[in-house]
Amino acid sequence: MIDVIIIGAGPAGSSCAKRLAENGFSVKIYDRREELGVPVRCGEGLSETTEKLIGKIPDNCISQRTKGARVYAPNGKYLEAVLEYGGFVLNRRVFDKWLAEQAVKVGAEIQKNTLITDFIKEDGYYKGVKGEGFEEKAKMIVCATGAESALRKALNIFSKLNLIDSCLQYKMSGIDIDSDFIHIYVGNEIAPRGYIWVFPKGKDKANVGAGIIPGKRNAKYYLDKFVNDHQELKKGKIDLVEGGCVPVGGLLENMVDNGLLICGEAAHHVNPIHGGGIKEAIISGQLAADVIIECLKKGDVSKKALSKFNDLWWERRGKHLKRVEKLREVIEKLSDKDLNDLAEALRPEDIIEFSRGAKLSVLAKALMRKPSLIKLAKHLL
Amino acid sequence: MDWKIDNDICIKCGGCVSVCPFGALELKDNVLLNEELCNLCGICEKACPVSAIEVEK
Repeated sequence: MIDVIIIGAGPAGSSCAKRLAENGFSVKIYDRREELGVPVRCGEGLSETTEKLIGKIPDNCISQRTKGARVYAPNGKYLEAVLEYGGFVLNRRVFDKWLAEQAVKVGAEIQKNTLITDFIKEDGYYKGVKGEGFEEKAKMIVCATGAESALRKALNIFSKLNLIDSCLQYKMSGIDIDSDFIHIYVGNEIAPRGYIWVFPKGKDKANVGAGIIPGKRNAKYYLDKFVNDHQELKKGKIDLVEGGCVPVGGLLENMVDNGLLICGEAAHHVNPIHGGGIKEAIISGQLAADVIIECLKKGDVSKKALSKFNDLWWERRGKHLKRVEKLREVIEKLSDKDLNDLAEALRPEDIIEFSRGAKLSVLAKALMRKPSLIKLAKHLL
Repeated sequence: MDWKIDNDICIKCGGCVSVCPFGALELKDNVLLNEELCNLCGICEKACPVSAIEVEK
């Protein structure tokens, strides 16, 4: 019997598999897709700091290197945040394959084109997986399916999800943008409780997307409106339509059961303010592996033993993401006028600090610079 | 019970599967509904980025 079965060869599953295999454990990843990384359900933006986790990302995984981000207030004024090391817009089609290869190189096995439909459960323990016409057992199961898997009902995770971003993205070409930056547009008319992104992928190409909290109108309405209102985009062509819903609220206290651990977007490990999940998935996959290694060495994969993952994840990421959730709540309440004022009050270095996870008090201090925002600042303290 | 999806509008992104609180949806070639699990809550209808789903209680 192999040691660990992982369901899903995305960033969480592959990162987890690599670390397990490196440490001498036998790992098999099942993925439902014919081709890893396809279809893309992602804006593909990533900060440079991710390389600290997975090593240097090869050039062919990167569609565009950027200097940083421009965040546009409703009145069109923007704040430019230049990052020390810059950032990437990935090519997920290549990146996901590369990440999986890293795991295969150290001994993990991947079986594609295989949909896992259920678990094998015996004596209160998860003991394996079931697919069409086959079953396989392992000492331990990792669910890294992303959010769009019905398998997650095993842990009753659905009931914890309390906020989602509904997203639509056009892969556009023939457009005219400043490809040195990723571009973020906020405003209640532009994308209620969310934002529009333009992430460059070369000189005249970009991922142009809208992510909103579902309300009266759908993401397509806001995205089409935005593209129509911007000549530099309107003149281009939509090559591909992508979409998805991102779990941006509902962090889980518990992510384990006897013989089962859930990580990555499947466990809502997503940054609640921008919906980015690649880096969170990698961290959570690696942490999962660390805990599983320890548990397998002791021969104890009980819920109690695996719950160390809950402790570690909350210490390393959960606390921070909780703060980001609070920040999101405050920002969501802002009117367009507030947002315009905020853009004036903030300095570029503030934005960089927030993206790194600065304390809310830092934001509060920035808000204090603008009299109209003092009330808001008080909410944060 | 009335849950309808327009497969011409649907972009097969699986967003509805991610948000269903009952695990009643699954994405294969199209989105499939497990009627036994569906509660007609309408979250999928709201969440769909292209409004391909219609739910009537």
